[in-house]
Amino acid sequence: MLSLDKLQQTGKKATRDGFGAGLKAAGDQHDNVVMLTADLRGSMKSEDFINTYPDRFIQCGISEANMMGVAAGLATSGKIPMTTTFANFSTGRVYDQIRQSIAYSDKNVKICASHAGLTLGEDGATHQILEDIGMMRMLPGMTVINPCDYNQTKAAVQAIADHHGPVYLRFGRPGWPIFIPEDQEFVIGKALHLNEGSDVSIFATGHLVWHAVEAARELEAEGISVDLINIHTIKPLDEEAVIASAKKTGAVVSCEEHNKYGGLGSAIAECLSKNQPTFQEYVATDDTFGESGTAAQLLDKYGLGVKDIVAAAKRAIAKK
Amino acid sequence: MADIQELERIASQVRRDIIRQVYLCQSGHPGGSLGNADLLTALYFEVMENDPSFNMEGKGEDIFLLSNGHISPVFYSVLAHRGYFPVKELATFRQINSRVQGHPTTHEGLPGIRIASGSLGQGPSVACGMALAKRMNGDDKTIFVLTGDGEQQEGQIWEAALFAPHNKLENLVLIIDDNGQQIDGPTEDVLKLGSFEDKYKAFGWDIMHMDGNNMAETVKVLKEAQAKRNGKPTCIVMKTAMGKGVDFMEGTHHWHGKAPSEEQTKVALAQLEETLGDFPA
Repeated sequence: MLSLDKLQQTGKKATRDGFGAGLKAAGDQHDNVVMLTADLRGSMKSEDFINTYPDRFIQCGISEANMMGVAAGLATSGKIPMTTTFANFSTGRVYDQIRQSIAYSDKNVKICASHAGLTLGEDGATHQILEDIGMMRMLPGMTVINPCDYNQTKAAVQAIADHHGPVYLRFGRPGWPIFIPEDQEFVIGKALHLNEGSDVSIFATGHLVWHAVEAARELEAEGISVDLINIHTIKPLDEEAVIASAKKTGAVVSCEEHNKYGGLGSAIAECLSKNQPTFQEYVATDDTFGESGTAAQLLDKYGLGVKDIVAAAKRAIAKK
Repeated sequence: MADIQELERIASQVRRDIIRQVYLCQSGHPGGSLGNADLLTALYFEVMENDPSFNMEGKGEDIFLLSNGHISPVFYSVLAHRGYFPVKELATFRQINSRVQGHPTTHEGLPGIRIASGSLGQGPSVACGMALAKRMNGDDKTIFVLTGDGEQQEGQIWEAALFAPHNKLENLVLIIDDNGQQIDGPTEDVLKLGSFEDKYKAFGWDIMHMDGNNMAETVKVLKEAQAKRNGKPTCIVMKTAMGKGVDFMEGTHHWHGKAPSEEQTKVALAQLEETLGDFPA
């Protein structure tokens, strides 16, 4: 059982580095895993896989729509294709290709999306997608995963290679604290309990899990007991874990690097409203586009910092 | 040697099935379907090595993908007569609780369908993926993919047009149904397409031409394209008449997506010989 004292930073690496490591491991395990990219092999940190398995790497050029179709064709023929590009170009740009050729066609394609959210940084709002979880979550049959650190991303890539069906795997650009134990099992659809508590439930996904850990430490120091849960799989949501925690604490905070509409917060609210109606606070972007800046500046400006989670937890508790 | 007359007899039944499917549900796309009856008959009954017991991967088989999914009635009729699923199921076309959906889909488990299509421009990319996989798997069979000519207005088409020659997909045959018509009128008026030959040549494809309503020529050209292995994908610019075989539907866009009345259906069926037996209505 994990707890706050066990969640210590052991290093710093980007989740996309975790993708690259996981891809190599998945490639070692499955000789039908193939990687596609749309002119972003360097950004995907996958040189190890590409150098080891050059015949299983497909460069598509800046043609994301075609890449999704090629992946669907490869999957039809028994391959496990992993498409790679930025999250923006992995979703909104190719929504209809994913919808028809992959999701509706039941293809075993893994859409691996880096540089998601504000933490992409200086490139600004054109590249900072904050709507992707919502878009992908709405597709019937699509599994949606947003791992939180290097170790979890690496494990997630191996898990999705073992899983049959379309998956959206969302990760990010910046170096980020590593804190999930290397040997922590990753089970698709199973929430990871990070700390037992009784006053407030904090559900977090992606980069914001680390902020939630830091926030929980501050809250615990003030005598507030935090039930901290990492929802790495947003769809299918671990409803049992969400309901049980909300029932126990009666106050909920959702934390994500995504618009407040359509993402983790929405998924939790949909679940609780029909099972365990509970006051909920959203730590998410407030229906806005991002802008240029460093990852840290942006997370602070758009209300996704440690202090924002602490404040949201207190608001949620006050409503009880 | 192909028995051209026998293929033509099958195509005649396929055309009857198209009219009757669309008439029964008063919905669907007869024009392009009629125009492609000869092509699909030639592919499934003569040119392609294909197994109606159907497995999705199609290892060791030639594969056909329909990108312009709205001409599903012709696809369904040919698959059914080839033995992929019962011919009587054609009577459920576009009706509730049917596997024979308005546009082809894998989602309902209809044998013979490998990808959903309907939203245009996606088939050639999928075909590229399947051609690539065949090469990776050491499978020397051919992938055929059909698109409409109006469909060539989609941007994704040109992404695939770059991808296939770059990857030397010599086992890929793209067929463009050059009937000059789309929903809103002649392609020439809606959005000029210019020369497919010049465009695809410039992209690095081999070009072939055929009259897709001449069975002997269709079989001959398809077999040549199928046998060709020279490092380049092949684009066949295929002339057809929309509505071919039914005089009042021929050569016009008006029957792109319109069902005939009872009287019109009688007139149409009188022009098409029943050769394999109509499916029960």
